[in-house]
Amino acid sequence: MARMTMIEAIRDAMDVKMGMDEDVVVFGEDVGYFGGVFRCTQGLQEKYGRHRCFDAPINESAIVGAGIGMATYGKRPCIEIQFADYVLPAYDQIVSEAARIRHRSNGQFTAPIVIRMPTGGGIFGGQTHSQSPEAIFTHVSGLKTLIPSNPYDAKGMLIAAIEDDDPVIFLEPKRLYNGPFDGHHENAVTSWAKHEKGEVPEGHYTVPIGKANVVETGMDVTILAYGTMVYVAQAAARENNIDAEIIDLRSLLPLDLDTIVNSVQKTGRCVVLHEATLTSGFGAELTALVQQHCFKHLEAPVLRVAGWDTPYPHAQEWHYFPGPKRVGKALKRVVEAQ
Amino acid sequence: MSDDKMPEATGPLSISIPEPPTRPGDAPDFSYIEVPKAGAVDCPPVDTKPEDMRDLAYSIVRVLSRKGEAVGPWAEFLGDDLNDESLLRGLKDMMKTRVFDARMLTAQRQGKTSFYTQCLGEEAIATGFQRMMRKGDMNFPTYRQQGLLIADGCSMFDMICQIYSNEKDNLDGHQLPCLYSFKDHGFFSISGNLGTQFVQAVGWAMGSAISGDDKISAAWIGDGSTAETDFHSGMLFASVYQPPVVLNIVNNQWAISSFNGLAGGRNAPFAARAHGYGFPSLRVDGNDYLAVLAASKWATERARRNLGPTLIEWVTYRVAAHSTSDDPSAYRPKEESDAWPLGDPLERLKLHLIKKGAWSEERHTQAMAEIESEVIAVQKEAEKYGTLNRGKGPDPEKMFEGVYKEMPDHLVRQRLEFEA
Repeated sequence: MARMTMIEAIRDAMDVKMGMDEDVVVFGEDVGYFGGVFRCTQGLQEKYGRHRCFDAPINESAIVGAGIGMATYGKRPCIEIQFADYVLPAYDQIVSEAARIRHRSNGQFTAPIVIRMPTGGGIFGGQTHSQSPEAIFTHVSGLKTLIPSNPYDAKGMLIAAIEDDDPVIFLEPKRLYNGPFDGHHENAVTSWAKHEKGEVPEGHYTVPIGKANVVETGMDVTILAYGTMVYVAQAAARENNIDAEIIDLRSLLPLDLDTIVNSVQKTGRCVVLHEATLTSGFGAELTALVQQHCFKHLEAPVLRVAGWDTPYPHAQEWHYFPGPKRVGKALKRVVEAQ
Repeated sequence: MSDDKMPEATGPLSISIPEPPTRPGDAPDFSYIEVPKAGAVDCPPVDTKPEDMRDLAYSIVRVLSRKGEAVGPWAEFLGDDLNDESLLRGLKDMMKTRVFDARMLTAQRQGKTSFYTQCLGEEAIATGFQRMMRKGDMNFPTYRQQGLLIADGCSMFDMICQIYSNEKDNLDGHQLPCLYSFKDHGFFSISGNLGTQFVQAVGWAMGSAISGDDKISAAWIGDGSTAETDFHSGMLFASVYQPPVVLNIVNNQWAISSFNGLAGGRNAPFAARAHGYGFPSLRVDGNDYLAVLAASKWATERARRNLGPTLIEWVTYRVAAHSTSDDPSAYRPKEESDAWPLGDPLERLKLHLIKKGAWSEERHTQAMAEIESEVIAVQKEAEKYGTLNRGKGPDPEKMFEGVYKEMPDHLVRQRLEFEA
């Protein structure tokens, strides 16, 4: 089995699908000749030709809008938005069009499109290269929203997304591209080469959409996390000697509610993590579901640890980021609550 | 810069707030539209470079003269397409569209549907354009292109059931009346969000071309919606990738109460915008069925020969209210539609056919009566399956269907809750 970074795994997923299916086309800003600013599409144009992988003008609304048109023709566009922060001009096309075409045409037209975008902070990107917009997509019926946390899942989930017949938002935690970052920014970067999930099978395989992954089993508390926060959760639990059950949601919508409920009913305690701002974040949905389905099992209030309700600051990045220290505090509060 | 070279002060700055030349109570004034004589505009070969045909963006292609004769190079360009049988079919398509609209407008007033949009006065554009589309091509229409469906022979029964949101509604009540979806007729699901589909049509054509297919697409937008970002996005992608698409702007002068000057249409013709993007455009008399056929043939041929996109500005007038929720007497002179310099598309084609001896007033009256009977009969048949709020209607549970290909668990739970 090959060792891959998350970038290589994502590229490999597109490579595998482009090789299998002529209808898969890849485009976006700087993705053609140059191979993307994060190099996720490097070599694809050379291998599959300019008609299968090409550069697009700097117009996210047009990139998604044209992608929707192609998808309704019968293509399977896998398009890149350079940073999740830049997706907002395309929001109307995603919400009013991609998400609704199947329903409003009663199945006559469908838009099987994958919209990939790097998400999250930790690279000193300030307010325009750091945001986590998952909640603005999970709020929209008709979309699926995925966020892998490692190379193995990234490849399998991206292949599943390209094969899916509905529009998929594919969020790539950019701080995980080159290694499993646990929030300890003061430490040297650890690479995927030493991580078991950096082992990526060759060829085709899928990680099914809608299935969470129990990363660690434990009895004290359930931590619901996704993307970068999976590793922050692990660090915080380890450093505070808490026997946490850590669930990597992977697929926010559809959501694997059964795995969540089974875990919280077992532990009786729950902490929800995300990097996005707190208020009206996806954590609010998770918290509501946990209280609805696990109320009688809960021994402590469900706590959320998230980004502060501010724009993502530049200089104060690590004060903003919900790192292991803040997560650890919340874990202790929840575990120690009587 | 020394003091003596400073420009003189010109007083306080100001902006322009565009206003139409006339409002209710004023005499209509269409002096802003320069109408050339029929036949006066050249018909360049379809592979002409955009820079060699800029003048076509500033004039108006017209074929039918005031006397009802087909004149000039665009009539010649039509060649074999200009035959009596074809034109009679066009006349009947327009008549049917107009009768259909009138019946549905009344049905809305009777509470049989919530909403209706007529295309009164604009019938030639969609009915004529569709004649140049082929099976498998795709229109991305707005809610005023019902003529595409009529001209393609779409079942009026299916159209009316959709308008009534009754139990036979092909969209199961999911979508607003008139926002049809008929894939088999090359008619894309209408969004209702303005302009969003302009760029999708470009993407669809890109998909066809990337696949090495021979299918083309057509985008549709109103003058008001050219102000939307998506219009410019579509123009940009059409320019950059040169896909086989015809980009149609139906300039009917009004967007609800906003005159087209508010979309920038009085500073330069909408057609001129193509030249900023470097592809050809035609500005066409949209009330001249023959001009519509000719321009549609020109642009679709360009697309089919892989010569790239064409922008067409159809100059017409929205005789009808914007929708059944609108009252134009509140913002434009009542007599404005009578003063419209390009006349009525149906009357103009009728005059032409009568002049040629292919038609007569008697036959017209008889045909009108037949079409009315046909539409009324179909309407009655559709009403057997209910109208809005009368009859069974689409199954309520169907609102949960088609959100995704397979219903995810959270929707299954919601549907169970709904049923309980």
